Amino acid sequence: MKPSALFLAFLLLLPATAGAIDPRRFDDPEQEARYYALIGQLRCLVCQNESLAASSADLAQDLRREIQEMIQAGRTDQEIIDFLVQRYGDFVLYRPPVKPSTLPLWLGPGLLLLAGLGIAWRVLRRRPAGAPPPVANQAQVHALLEEDASGEAGNPPDGEKG
Amino acid sequence: MRYAAPLVLFLLLAVLLAYGLRLDPRRVPSPLIGKPAPAFSLPTLKEPDRHFSPDQMKGRFWLLNVWASWCVACRDEHPYLIRLAREAGVPIIGLDYKDSIPGAHQWLKKLGNPYYQVAVDADGRVGIDWGVYGVPETFLIDPEGVIRYKQIGPLTPEDWEREFLPLIRSTTTK
Repeated sequence: MKPSALFLAFLLLLPATAGAIDPRRFDDPEQEARYYALIGQLRCLVCQNESLAASSADLAQDLRREIQEMIQAGRTDQEIIDFLVQRYGDFVLYRPPVKPSTLPLWLGPGLLLLAGLGIAWRVLRRRPAGAPPPVANQAQVHALLEEDASGEAGNPPDGEKG
Repeated sequence: MRYAAPLVLFLLLAVLLAYGLRLDPRRVPSPLIGKPAPAFSLPTLKEPDRHFSPDQMKGRFWLLNVWASWCVACRDEHPYLIRLAREAGVPIIGLDYKDSIPGAHQWLKKLGNPYYQVAVDADGRVGIDWGVYGVPETFLIDPEGVIRYKQIGPLTPEDWEREFLPLIRSTTTK
């Protein structure tokens, strides 16, 4: 039991160490915060389900270096994001911009939710309102059982009589 | 009849998923297509004192092939590049991406050299400017210096026929 718990704990540590492969040095804590916020919201193109912060791919390391240098050179977050979008496209952004080609992405979930609500409403409305509920409540069940039991007592089997 | 609606929904979903299966998520369209090729000036592999810059190729179609001696898929691609260099009449410039210089020399000696010039991008910065993320990649640049197409992954004869040739022909016959 103990070793496997330890192993699980070790697995939990993995993502944290993956991001810490090349710790960056900033003199200014505000710049450092911006650096970590930026690399957390940019996607690595090599391992596409990882952010630049989490990826240990070669390109991700290069891009982290590039972003660090741009921050230290005084470029704004928007300038850095534009730099990457110009080269790699909107794909690097985990939060894609709203434009005609991304409208299904932004509106799709809402439309699906509306469609689901519509279907649920139709199904619920179709159920006949006047029909008695299929299962009675607990008190009714007990009353019926008791009635049955007393009925048996009142009409004992023939053999017991006389 | 009461099963018609679920059936139609299922078929729609099946078509959508079948379409999705055919897409290759590794191919990210390059925003650089239709834009001027990013400028650079890099030392050449043969003579490190001399520099290559895309301006030198103005006035003709050319290919920029991003490769490295550590790249396994480049090995698959290499024989076709050699054939292309001989037959296509389009100069191929190699961008030796984050490679060791001796490794690159050895590669060309062993496998043959299809390149008109090889520019050495030792730290990968030019690669970043060109949006390179998966070696090998091949860019087609037109006589005005505009990027017209980007191939991600090894270049095959089919890609050449289907994508590169029509672009070259439509411009040169105009």
